[in-house]
Amino acid sequence: MASVAVIDYGMGNLHSIAKALQHADPSCDVRVVSAPEAIASSDRVIFPGVGAIRDCMHALKETGLTSLITEVAKTKPFLGICLGMQALLTDNEENGHTETLNIIPGHVVRFSENLHDSEGNNLKVPHMGWNRVHQTPHPLWANIPQNSRFYFVHSYYAKPDDSMVVTGTSEYPDTFACALARNNIFAVQFHPEKSQTAGLQLLKNFLHWDGES
Amino acid sequence: MSLAKRIIPCLDVDNGRVVKGVKFVDIRDAGDPVEIARRYDKEGADEITFLDITATHHDRDTMVHVVEQVASEVFIPLTVGGGIRTLENIRRMLNAGADKVGINSAAVFRPEFVREAAERFGSQCIVVAIDAKKVSQPGETARWEIFTHGGRKSTGIDAVEWARKMTDYGAGEILLTSMDRDGTRIGFDLPLTRAIGEAVPVPVIASGGVGNLEHLVDGIIDGKADAVLAASIFHFAEYTIQQAKEYMAGRGIEVRL
Repeated sequence: MASVAVIDYGMGNLHSIAKALQHADPSCDVRVVSAPEAIASSDRVIFPGVGAIRDCMHALKETGLTSLITEVAKTKPFLGICLGMQALLTDNEENGHTETLNIIPGHVVRFSENLHDSEGNNLKVPHMGWNRVHQTPHPLWANIPQNSRFYFVHSYYAKPDDSMVVTGTSEYPDTFACALARNNIFAVQFHPEKSQTAGLQLLKNFLHWDGES
Repeated sequence: MSLAKRIIPCLDVDNGRVVKGVKFVDIRDAGDPVEIARRYDKEGADEITFLDITATHHDRDTMVHVVEQVASEVFIPLTVGGGIRTLENIRRMLNAGADKVGINSAAVFRPEFVREAAERFGSQCIVVAIDAKKVSQPGETARWEIFTHGGRKSTGIDAVEWARKMTDYGAGEILLTSMDRDGTRIGFDLPLTRAIGEAVPVPVIASGGVGNLEHLVDGIIDGKADAVLAASIFHFAEYTIQQAKEYMAGRGIEVRL
């Protein structure tokens, strides 16, 4: 039976992700784990996270998982969610300036103040709610209609150096990258575990993905 | 723009059953929370809010089980409010599968609690619930104050200033209920909703007073709310969430259909 490790380093609601994975594919062996050997022995890895990036990086250091995550991100089908996506980039404006894992070169920046929609209404930060995601072809979008809505909650977004890694974009009001893919890595700003049908399909696709883009 | 305005059905839960009071009295039993949450999810609810309207420890445990059951089969954001007073209360609800918690009286009693909660769990899961009542007289500049204990106790705190302070302390969202309108079915207090929305950088959920679908439209267009919350119009199946969304879409509001 294929196994998936949901990395538990104390940042975020892992139960939601585990329950959604079980629902997406009941045959899957879902493990919420923090032990390095349990992560290393799983077929697939999910790197979640909510909260502040400085706490996230601190928690990774405390648990001694930094190098292991960098390692499995090179070898196994790997899904980063929310802060677990942001942590893959080089650095983040949040908390002054926070250095992150530099697995995908680029920066994470804050939405500007005083954003407005086309009718002049104020746009709130955090960007919270269901937004459309424009896909570019990737196996993880299989059976998900183009421009489906996913649930977001974040104030910072990724600006990868190489635009070729962008596989999904949203608008708020400007276009920003909300899904990144490179080799065996797929990473999303939104929460598939909270995005109903489309989100469950994406998780299911991940559980069946061989890590080839 | 493509971020959808959200429709959030609210389930008032008393000892494991969904109830809906009119002005916090005359409670009617509306059913099993898990079953209702499942129905709302199917109909296209964007989030679901549970309000625990009892306060005993025993009922608190019941609420945790309700959240656990809902979270194992409904994959949209879940918020739990009512009786959230400690970091341990929050941790328990998040572990049960809630995505956000609503903090109300505990914030009024000790505002620092909101800061501590946001620092520990992140602003994204801290919703500050504000119960506001108009205190100005007709002809005066409109002014609202915060009330606690289901609208019975005045605090003397200005609602707009309070909302601003709560977002400074780390609230990621404001759930704004007009105590004048709650249960009346005559529509949101739109000036209140607009005043709070303009004062804070975070999303505002309008609540209190929805009696028909036009009220939802008013909340978004005139109240400038980012989301609208309603209970009774959905509980007693007067309207489905799908109908509400189609109605709003017909009025030019972007919704998730």
